[in-house]
Amino acid sequence: MSTQFLINNLKATIEGKEILKGINLEIKGGEIHAIMGPNGTGKSTLASALMGHPKYEVTDGEVFINGEDLLEMEVDERARAGLFLAMQYPSEIAGVTNSDFLRSAINARREEGNEISLIKFIRQMESKMKELDMNPEFAHRYLNEGFSGGEKKRNEILQMLLLDPKLVILDEIDSGLDIDALKIVAAGVNSMRSEDRGFLIITHYQRLLNYITPDFVHVMMQGRIVKSGGPELAERLENEGYDWVKEELGITDETVGQA
Amino acid sequence: MLNMSTQTNSPVNQSLAEALSRSKQEPAWLTAFRTEAVEAAQTLEWPKPEKMNIARWNLDLFGQYKASDKVAEIAALPEAIRELVAESSANLLVQHNSGVVLTQLSEELRSKGVIFTDLETAVREHEELVKPHLFNTINKNENKLTALHAALWSGGVFVYVPKNVEVELPLQALLYSDDAEATFAPHILIVADNHSRVTYVDHVITNFGEGAAASIHQSIVEVVVKPGAQVQFATIHQLGETVSDLTLRRAVIENDGRIEWIVGDLQDGNILSDTLSLLKGNGSTSDAKVISIGSGSQKMSLTTQAVHFGKSSDSNMVTRAVMKEQGTAIINGITKIEKGATKANGVQTEKVLMLSPQARGDANPILLIDEDDVTAGHAASVGQVNPEQIYYLMSRGISRQEAERLIIHGFLTPVVSEIPIEAVRGRLHKLLERKLGS
Repeated sequence: MSTQFLINNLKATIEGKEILKGINLEIKGGEIHAIMGPNGTGKSTLASALMGHPKYEVTDGEVFINGEDLLEMEVDERARAGLFLAMQYPSEIAGVTNSDFLRSAINARREEGNEISLIKFIRQMESKMKELDMNPEFAHRYLNEGFSGGEKKRNEILQMLLLDPKLVILDEIDSGLDIDALKIVAAGVNSMRSEDRGFLIITHYQRLLNYITPDFVHVMMQGRIVKSGGPELAERLENEGYDWVKEELGITDETVGQA
Repeated sequence: MLNMSTQTNSPVNQSLAEALSRSKQEPAWLTAFRTEAVEAAQTLEWPKPEKMNIARWNLDLFGQYKASDKVAEIAALPEAIRELVAESSANLLVQHNSGVVLTQLSEELRSKGVIFTDLETAVREHEELVKPHLFNTINKNENKLTALHAALWSGGVFVYVPKNVEVELPLQALLYSDDAEATFAPHILIVADNHSRVTYVDHVITNFGEGAAASIHQSIVEVVVKPGAQVQFATIHQLGETVSDLTLRRAVIENDGRIEWIVGDLQDGNILSDTLSLLKGNGSTSDAKVISIGSGSQKMSLTTQAVHFGKSSDSNMVTRAVMKEQGTAIINGITKIEKGATKANGVQTEKVLMLSPQARGDANPILLIDEDDVTAGHAASVGQVNPEQIYYLMSRGISRQEAERLIIHGFLTPVVSEIPIEAVRGRLHKLLERKLGS
């Protein structure tokens, strides 16, 4: 079934400060949406609030994934419903190997008694790691512990490839990546493009969008989507910056919730 | 302070009297030694670990000597003990209550001069090796506990590895009790001669069934690491909630020798566990890893210590404890560097993971340094499961419960993964699951 992801007037606060001031967005299977915007405008908050990070409180609005009420779900239920967030700062977890973690995540989606066989899992993991040009040794390393910024990002993409999500959010996946790594990550994302999967790419550089062509580009300021367009919007932002958008909309300070 | 031993007809006195009469079969020097220990025990005080009053633990309940029948083969051991036996079981010792019931050693090791037998036999048959080392790493008059143990120990283990001999497979000991009224006080003595190498693994276990009376397990481990020798000592303690476990471990490490301690304190009762490395030799090194899970209303005093005398000696100590329910853990790490131990390096880490607001965890890193030209470091933390980590794992579809399980096991992994026998490691995993499950 083609994915339907609907965000309707989403508002969220952190420590009492309102950061999201009414986000509206619809993503259909097969579409790639990019959210761009300067730092501090609420982009990452949107990603975290959708995933259900405990620090963010949703105060208003609705989110539906294939007709199911996302905001009613626990974090793990959201993931099992098909949501995947590639995080900007993934946690490091000592003592838990990457492969044990990945296997637990895969098995969490399967019935008890129907767990993935070890052989099949290893085969899948190794082939995806190869695709991402990851050293096989990373399977046995502790989860994200001592990984460089770029290694962590690749590891996020590895999880995306193995978990087969319906709606993928990439939060600043391009930060800390050199150009070769960026190309590999983009190839990973492109290989996942399909009619039944939607993408939401959060970035403040256009660079990633040279390798992953979005269908829609949205600009976020002051906790809202203030402008939407096609891929040409991203190019203009890259060439001219954000000042023209601010001028056009009469915005002087684009940030939200800053002290 | 408890001072039961001065009263007549106390259990202590009866046990001591029995111990002495039994010791008549022993060499005169040992009988005299035990008699002195009885005397000393009358006036010495119980050890006083930091912030833990162990004198409240019914320390005089160490039972009566009960001999057990010898066992001809592994198949004749109780199921619960048999399943702990390593796959390659050629080198095995089993103590049942107060006495050793089974010992076996491969012909190969025997022909190389390796000795692996119970300490009572060793005293008779290898007196020249036992006598100079018994109670040499620890003074029997250190406190009431050491003195009582010196008077009362029975069964036990003796390991001797001759010069330049490397023992590939671990030597395994299973020390178990199924009678709360039997004295359970093995003394373990390991002597690794110059440039030898050996791994010893034991599992200390009680299996008392319902309604057992309170009792004591007391044990002293002595390891002598001669120049260039390497000893790996791994132990898992799985004692019931009615048992107070008092275990002191001491190693003396000579020039370029190395000791590795791996301790799993997984008892359900009170614990005094104290592991000390005396780095006498230049270039000597020690590594101690301890894990524990506290639950119920357990009280635990877990101490690791390294004392540096040798130049360029190096110590590392890691303790990790998970605390549930109303458990209390006082965790001490003591690194002492003596004057003259130049270029010594001592590092320690104590971490406590608190799973319950009623549990108590206290990590006390102590550095005592009398030499300028050294390096030392410590880290200690007491904390809860990190909510960011839970969130991260859950964001991949893993349930909260499973996420916690992964994080807690991950917390203990640095020690668990070091256990050198597959069967014991597997057993440890099961034990962790059991103690961590609600």
